Amino acid sequence: MATELPVRLDDVPRLSHRFRLQFEQAQAAWVLLYPEGMVKLSPSAGEIMKRIDGEANVDALIRDLEAAFPGGDLRQDVLDFIKVAHEHGWVDNKR
Amino acid sequence: MSMAGSTTNGNGARPAGPLWLLAELTYRCPLHCVFCYNPLDYTAHGAEISTDDWLRVLREGRALGAIQLGFSGGEPLLRDDLEILVAEARALGFYSNLITSGVGLNETRIRAFKEAGLDHIQLSFQDSTRELNDFLSSTRTFELKLKVARLIKEHDYPMVLNVVLHRLNIDHIEEILEMAERLGAEYVELANTQYYGWGFLNRDRLLPTREQLLRADEVTRRFRERIGDRMRIFFVVPDYFEDRPKACMSGWGSVFLTVTPDGTALPCHAARMLPGLAFPSVRDTSLEAIWYESEGFNRYRGDAWMKEPCRTCPEKAKDFGGCRCQAFLLTGDPANADPVCDLSPQHHVVTDAVARARVTGAVTAPIIFRDDRNSRALAEKKAQAASTESSGV
Repeated sequence: MATELPVRLDDVPRLSHRFRLQFEQAQAAWVLLYPEGMVKLSPSAGEIMKRIDGEANVDALIRDLEAAFPGGDLRQDVLDFIKVAHEHGWVDNKR
Repeated sequence: MSMAGSTTNGNGARPAGPLWLLAELTYRCPLHCVFCYNPLDYTAHGAEISTDDWLRVLREGRALGAIQLGFSGGEPLLRDDLEILVAEARALGFYSNLITSGVGLNETRIRAFKEAGLDHIQLSFQDSTRELNDFLSSTRTFELKLKVARLIKEHDYPMVLNVVLHRLNIDHIEEILEMAERLGAEYVELANTQYYGWGFLNRDRLLPTREQLLRADEVTRRFRERIGDRMRIFFVVPDYFEDRPKACMSGWGSVFLTVTPDGTALPCHAARMLPGLAFPSVRDTSLEAIWYESEGFNRYRGDAWMKEPCRTCPEKAKDFGGCRCQAFLLTGDPANADPVCDLSPQHHVVTDAVARARVTGAVTAPIIFRDDRNSRALAEKKAQAASTESSGV
């Protein structure tokens, strides 16, 4: 859970089994569902979370996002979000 | 929980749809808990609605935007169509929560629920000791619950352990938390009794002292520090000890919709007791019409219904004047401020009850268990009182 280590490019994050991720039409947003609760993700957080599949490493996620949203350096944004996602327990690292 | 809804009403704006659908599948229950929030006269309610009715409720609720679904009761496992309902809930995209005593949950069914897509199981314990668990529920279920907890973990469900707290078990809070840790619960809900239904009937036997509460709070804080994120602990403070009311249901008709076993739709599980309010049935009315158009759901939406001190209170948007059912139970008028609020002119009814709880041995009323016999007797009493009233005696 609350990991103190910095996010590494070769980490392979995956969705924690405590959460379910889905696109929610009524909210027009990606949401994380957990027992009796819901976290509504911002559009950019949703774009990152939906790519976290337990296969792609952080470097691949960044490249994929930069290909989908050309013109910006997204590296720091992605690293920051994945750190936050770890802190909330939304993701853990595949070993 | 971060499910705050944003309802505006009274200004003509259409409120948002519900986020939470609570399916109270049955009032039948193998347990007889003294703090149950079910209605006292549940035995006098109509027959349970059919599987097809429930399937329609799920579809209509989802179409309105509901995403969290609770299967509750009574004991929902007593419905043998639960597997069908869980499968439909999953197909519709609900996150489904089974709220259970554990009685009736065996290997076959838990496997079937997993295949059907059940997301989470909330298991109740009444205490950390066999003696008190079994006394409070008037059953022998403690060992069975331990077995069910292990089954839930074996099948890799997130597990919420729910323990309703009150005067008789609150001093066991450390043992309760240790038990939850041993059982591998991801979440523990230490829910102080809400005084509705059977809980209200037994209130003077259940209300803890402030000293008990402070100690429990302190034990919980220390435990939380030690265990960190491994187990999340929710400690729900009993509102009788607060000086501002809870934002009940995040506002009336704002995020929450309950359907009772006989198909009556309610803005909260206790609302049926409120006088002069007709709540529609899903047997003949769509959830959409119920949510947006029914008198029952619109009556206390927004703030146009409020009286003083709520009407001009700067905090009214924060707590919505508290709980309508509690206002009715304790002051006789559901449009009054919830008397938990120290701005309420009737606040003393709450502080009096709390003060009485301090006097050890002052309470001699018998504990009344939630069972069919007691429910029938209470329903009869209620019917008699109603006929006396209507004949003008």
